[in-house]
Amino acid sequence: MANALPSPAEGRTLVDGQRFRMLDTIAAAGLRHLPATLAILGCILLWQLVVWGFSVPTFMAPGPVDVVKAFGENAGILWSNFLPTLMEAVLGFIFGNVVAVLLAVWFVYSPLAERAFYPIAVIIKSIPIIALAPILVLLVGNGIAPKIIIAGLICFFPTLVNMVQGLKSASPAMLDLMRILSASNAEIFWKVRLPSSLPFLFAALKIAATSSVMGAIVAEWIGSSYGLGALIIEATYNFRSPLLYATVVIAASLAVVLFFAVSFAESKIVRWKPTTDH
Amino acid sequence: MLETLNRPRAVTAGAASGSAVSVQNLHIRFGADDSSFTALSDVSVEIPAGSLVTMLGPSGCGKSTLLRTVADLVHISDGSVSVHGQTPRKAREGRDFAFVFQEATLLPWRNVIDNVRLPLLVGKREAGATYADPEELIALVGLKGREKAMPHELSGGQRQRVAIARALVTRPRILLMDEPFGALDEITRDKLNEELLRLWQETGTTILFVTHSIPEAVFLGQHVLMLAAHPGRVKEFMKVDLPYPRTLAMRDTVEFIRVTAHLRTLLGEC
Repeated sequence: MANALPSPAEGRTLVDGQRFRMLDTIAAAGLRHLPATLAILGCILLWQLVVWGFSVPTFMAPGPVDVVKAFGENAGILWSNFLPTLMEAVLGFIFGNVVAVLLAVWFVYSPLAERAFYPIAVIIKSIPIIALAPILVLLVGNGIAPKIIIAGLICFFPTLVNMVQGLKSASPAMLDLMRILSASNAEIFWKVRLPSSLPFLFAALKIAATSSVMGAIVAEWIGSSYGLGALIIEATYNFRSPLLYATVVIAASLAVVLFFAVSFAESKIVRWKPTTDH
Repeated sequence: MLETLNRPRAVTAGAASGSAVSVQNLHIRFGADDSSFTALSDVSVEIPAGSLVTMLGPSGCGKSTLLRTVADLVHISDGSVSVHGQTPRKAREGRDFAFVFQEATLLPWRNVIDNVRLPLLVGKREAGATYADPEELIALVGLKGREKAMPHELSGGQRQRVAIARALVTRPRILLMDEPFGALDEITRDKLNEELLRLWQETGTTILFVTHSIPEAVFLGQHVLMLAAHPGRVKEFMKVDLPYPRTLAMRDTVEFIRVTAHLRTLLGEC
């Protein structure tokens, strides 16, 4: 049983080993991402060569160099349209997920509520979001509200489904254990059900992070004068293709940044792995 | 080190009878009346305080159900179960017993010491009750130095050791164990069997131990409670006349083999 204790000598090699392992990890990560990086650079280069080689007109398909120039020339426009979209996506993300999580908690504790309202959630989900946008504009006006609602609606459903499943994922033995300890419902919720739902919740949040940007942009297509979505429409109608491409790159980057923000939060919060006893 | 574990805590009225658990004419039925299934039929047994009783029987004999009934996890259809003179519900609320499951059932997001502390953080705690020190218990089950380890970093045997430490932290007078070593390999199981015996002898805790292994039942048990199936009922409650402390080598003696052979014959009749 004493063998569970590492000897002092073992402890030292462990620390040295960790330092080497960190260097190894960085080198390995670099090597692992090298093929992807090279492939992306290759694609961009190929794109530029095709645009040059076939003399493609800029309004039809601008080359990477034109797009980079557009970033410089339109920095002000891009920035002022980026901020509202960022705000709509983030507020929609928070709003949609908070509602979904609260509803999931209610469903788990009230089977009647689940039977009554789950079908409505499915019906709302099955309405194409692009068809919902004009309806919301008529209902709540043309301000920031319909954008937040649409970004939120897009986040809502995956989170609801995952969270219901996550809250129900605690093993029967864990619930028996809590009963034997005479734990209250609140203690069971905070100490068992909620932690065991977190991997499910984060799986949904990662989907929601990217789709909230999509929701905000789609909402801006319907009669909006600001935001990346409006800029996409405007740049298209005016044949300002480099600006259009630059806007698309920014929108994609925003989605990626939000995705990695959620992944980062997950790696800080869910630091455990499920154990199987067999 | 064992001072924190040594009993007695407050002695309740019923404890003077000498029975830790008293089961009388117990019937357990599951399901609605027309499609009900009888898990236990007219079971009566007295578990002496401080004893180590192993429960053996074919699958479907209701040995786990009996254990879960004592633990207030199963509704009693008929008859009575008393734990130190109290209903199972009162005994549960008074932290009179602890339960060890077949799976360690550790909360995977809590490290070893936080898992052992869990019983001290939830439920109604008895006013004035003194509980065991989690760190001493971790040392007692041989995991000193692994207090901060997460469950997924431990082996199956180590996880079960943590589960035992968690069960002991409330200083229960009764330890209910439902095939706790059933999922472990034989070498780990042997080692844990020996340590459980040591623990039992040092703490004087009453242990009710469900197993499907005849040698394990005989090696551990002061008494073996054999149940028959369909419906679950008591087949035999026999004393094992082997001296303690028991060693693994004892399992090769004629006396040990005679007892296991007898139980195997009985099991065949069930």
